[in-house]
Amino acid sequence: MMATATAPISSDPSARDGAAFVHVEGASLHYGGGDDGVLALKDTDLDIRRGEFAAVVGPSGCGKSTLLKLISGLNRPSAGRVVVDGALVTRPLKIVGMAFQNPAMLPWRTTLENLLLPLQVVEPHRRNFRRDRDKFIEKASALLRKVGLAGAESRYPWQLSGGMLQRASLCRALIHDPQILLLDEPFGALDAFTREELWDTLKTLWQEQKFTVLLVTHDLAEAVYLADTVHVFSNRPGRVLYSCNVEFAAPKNVDIRFSKEFVDYVHELRARIRVERAVL
Amino acid sequence: MNWRRALYNASPWITTIAFFLVWEAVCRVFHVPTFLLPAPSDSIRAMIESWSGIWPNAQHTLITTLAGFGIAVVFGVVLGVAVGASPLLYKSINPLLIGFNSIPKVAVVPVLVLWFGIGTPPAIITAFLVAFFPISVNVATGIATTEPELEDVLRSLGASKLDILYRVGLPRSLPYFFASLKIAITLAFVGAVISETVAANQGIGYLMLTASSTFRVPLVFAALFVIAGMGIVMYAVTAAFERRYTTWTTRGIDRSTPFGGG
Repeated sequence: MMATATAPISSDPSARDGAAFVHVEGASLHYGGGDDGVLALKDTDLDIRRGEFAAVVGPSGCGKSTLLKLISGLNRPSAGRVVVDGALVTRPLKIVGMAFQNPAMLPWRTTLENLLLPLQVVEPHRRNFRRDRDKFIEKASALLRKVGLAGAESRYPWQLSGGMLQRASLCRALIHDPQILLLDEPFGALDAFTREELWDTLKTLWQEQKFTVLLVTHDLAEAVYLADTVHVFSNRPGRVLYSCNVEFAAPKNVDIRFSKEFVDYVHELRARIRVERAVL
Repeated sequence: MNWRRALYNASPWITTIAFFLVWEAVCRVFHVPTFLLPAPSDSIRAMIESWSGIWPNAQHTLITTLAGFGIAVVFGVVLGVAVGASPLLYKSINPLLIGFNSIPKVAVVPVLVLWFGIGTPPAIITAFLVAFFPISVNVATGIATTEPELEDVLRSLGASKLDILYRVGLPRSLPYFFASLKIAITLAFVGAVISETVAANQGIGYLMLTASSTFRVPLVFAALFVIAGMGIVMYAVTAAFERRYTTWTTRGIDRSTPFGGG
């Protein structure tokens, strides 16, 4: 099923057996009409297994974010197709949670009310929102406690730090139990320490709730640390140049980032991207 | 520290009183003739003497202004929401709107008189015409500047454009809306008074016109004071609404005092 990529894909049978949870095949996206449009993605192939943590790295402006929009159903590919859970994606999926570098919290809502926003919009929760409100509040509070934001329920976004906002943004993305979490450089604007804390927060959530993640990032260490599979994107128009499975003998923890194995992975990815940047 | 705070709070009163004192002094020292520039004391005397004539006219102008302002709020919000939510509509009617807003409204009054006759209707319509523009522009800005990330988050959950407008666009445009109300209410006064000076048989503008034609200049200034006073009061009312409904924009700190020492 995995169509031709320029680099050999390291072996992972489940990614090729056609039962991929997210399956992107020959997808292209052309923004704007006619000749002035921009070709953001070209012939992109990508497979993500159910429950997998996948990361996409690549030069800036290479169409990584466009890929997220295709998978979430916000945009439709101009060519090729996107299949999620066996069904062709033709409109917004509703089983997707999204978080971005900009946490985009509503300033007139408290943290708790911000978390409830998706439930007021997505079916079937929206229909039962009034009835289940207490249940939802309990759920949101539990989620906040899990990411270390206990007690922040009634605080407004401007009373939270950047790291806290990003935690809240993750919670908002997960409040409706999405099956896929799409992250677009969510930690890009944070300081190094906060970012590392959030890596572990995200990892814990993922291990507990077993959703599928696609993380777009330009931080190679972040990708290697968090993801099972890392895909390297080419320059615009973007497509997958190289994919590798990240496998460690020991469980990944903070210290593994200083091991030779880890550094080798980062070096390998960096080399791939450097080649691509040199073409510029 | 305390007297600084007191000075800060008293500053609007001090400035206003100083303004009138200087004015009074200039008129007296240089013996400025009353028919050119009456001293504030002359105007206030005229106001007291002619209060029975001023008050009904002032009331009339106030009602005219509020009527025009009310229509402007409704129309301005509807237009602003439509334009802010639809880029196509924005692009297509933008030139018309800007062109229309560039027309001096005093030039439209004769046409309105032609259509509606002399009196209150042209004044209401003029007040409306001057006041709706800032409201729609501000509301449209508030809605059109919704963060694209947030829109993506909600759209990916199956939210319709209407959902996003209701949950995000409208609340986020509220501070813009209230800010525009403060401009619109003063503009509405301008519109109403302009129309009254051109074509009316009552109202404060009409009063000024008749007073100046008989060289009762202190009375003209008395009328001006009354307009200014009503403007300030209406401004304060809208500012109070603003504070009441958009506390989140000031991050909980009450920084917007309408005109006086809080």
